[in-house]
Amino acid sequence: MNEPKIRVLIAKPGLDGHDRGAKVVARALRDAGMEVIYTGLRQTPEMIADAALQEDVDVVGLSILSGAHMTLIPRVLELIRANQQEHVKVFVGGIIPNEDIPALLQLGVVKVYGPGTVTDEIIRDIRAQLSSSEFSEK
Amino acid sequence: MRLKEKLVLGSLVGSVRDGNRLALARLLSQVENNTPEGKECLNALFPYTGKAHLIGITGAPGSGKSTLLNQLAYTFRHPPEGEQARRVAIVAVDPTSPFSGGAILGDRVRMRELAGDPDVFIRSMAARGSLGGLASRTAEVVQVFDAAGFEIIFIETVGAGQNEVDIARLAHTTIVVETPGTGDEIQAIKAGILEIADILVINKADSPLVDNSEFALRSMLDMAPIGTDYYHSMEMRNNPGLNSPKDWQIPILRTVATERQGIDALYQTIQSHAEFLQESQEWIERERVNLQTILDNLIQNSLIDQWRKSISNDVYQTVLESLISRQTSPYQALQILMKGVLP
Repeated sequence: MNEPKIRVLIAKPGLDGHDRGAKVVARALRDAGMEVIYTGLRQTPEMIADAALQEDVDVVGLSILSGAHMTLIPRVLELIRANQQEHVKVFVGGIIPNEDIPALLQLGVVKVYGPGTVTDEIIRDIRAQLSSSEFSEK
Repeated sequence: MRLKEKLVLGSLVGSVRDGNRLALARLLSQVENNTPEGKECLNALFPYTGKAHLIGITGAPGSGKSTLLNQLAYTFRHPPEGEQARRVAIVAVDPTSPFSGGAILGDRVRMRELAGDPDVFIRSMAARGSLGGLASRTAEVVQVFDAAGFEIIFIETVGAGQNEVDIARLAHTTIVVETPGTGDEIQAIKAGILEIADILVINKADSPLVDNSEFALRSMLDMAPIGTDYYHSMEMRNNPGLNSPKDWQIPILRTVATERQGIDALYQTIQSHAEFLQESQEWIERERVNLQTILDNLIQNSLIDQWRKSISNDVYQTVLESLISRQTSPYQALQILMKGVLP
């Protein structure tokens, strides 16, 4: 049997057009041996949740710099749950004010990454999240 | 095993047949990872396969395969008046890094028009070391979609060079996408990818170089000896008793996928090709080729596994070392290993 690969969806919700950060993260995860599905810019929460379902991913990474995170992220989380994909770990990166972070974590986001994050940290966190729950008992 | 994969198999197969998208997504992972559960489900689903029209799209990286596919799939969902919309699945294969084993699967970026349609299902696959333009489990993933009732299944290969021709053994209809300015007549008469086309598409046809490209491709087609059934040559056509009653003239179509130009004509051509395959019995012939390829691959892999289990690692390493020190030739090494005992 092949080793199951960690599958990650990297998505840009909403109306910001800057995806350099998302691409850097996607590339780093690729180099860490993960399969990264990249959806491109200006995705609605519906598009993201539907892609996460079709691709049966383990992780969703949302990159957002527009300031609309408190509107878009809760909706993405709600739709992922409605699809019965509660096991999917959701990470957020971008420009998120510190005072919003506790609310996002409360909603179920695993971690929020700001500018200057080292990609190794993201890789480590993803592996730790998945090994503590589902990937451990093969 | 992952928690999310702990599913009751009976209900999984049933749910997939009933159109449950979550069950389908999970089964696709099982099949892709070649788990025992996945194989069991494939056994249960196999009787329901053989109904879909499998359409392959191949061509160089950046030739516009995904954009074209986005438009084509949209047309199958919203066909001209009087025609039925069909359920569409897309399997999009992208390369796996030979170094890290990771992959960036980016074909969805071009498939925005299809979002939110419950009768469209897009699945990205990493090639995972397979070299023929498909992933090693693409045929099995296609079987799952077929059994789940998808009537049109598109298979997009990795960006292909000249030699990635596996798609022709899987698909009923193979579309090869070319772009203007990528080669002269010599490129066009080389063996390989152009030989497998049932339909040739020159995408980005708003380029001024398009006439040259079409000329080169047309010359290539015209060079086929008179009376030969040109398409799917060589081993795919080695049974003269099954030659088609009427020849399929490989059409060359121009498209500008980003502007939706030429898409309707391509849609019609795909439909005509399906009719041609049905009328000429070629459909059945291609199903034979497809299933025989799947079986032969399974035999190969299983024999290799069996042999690996039968030989001790010490013997293998000893032979390998003597090969590397050039005391044993590769053929001699093979002989020793096939016998399984050191001389």
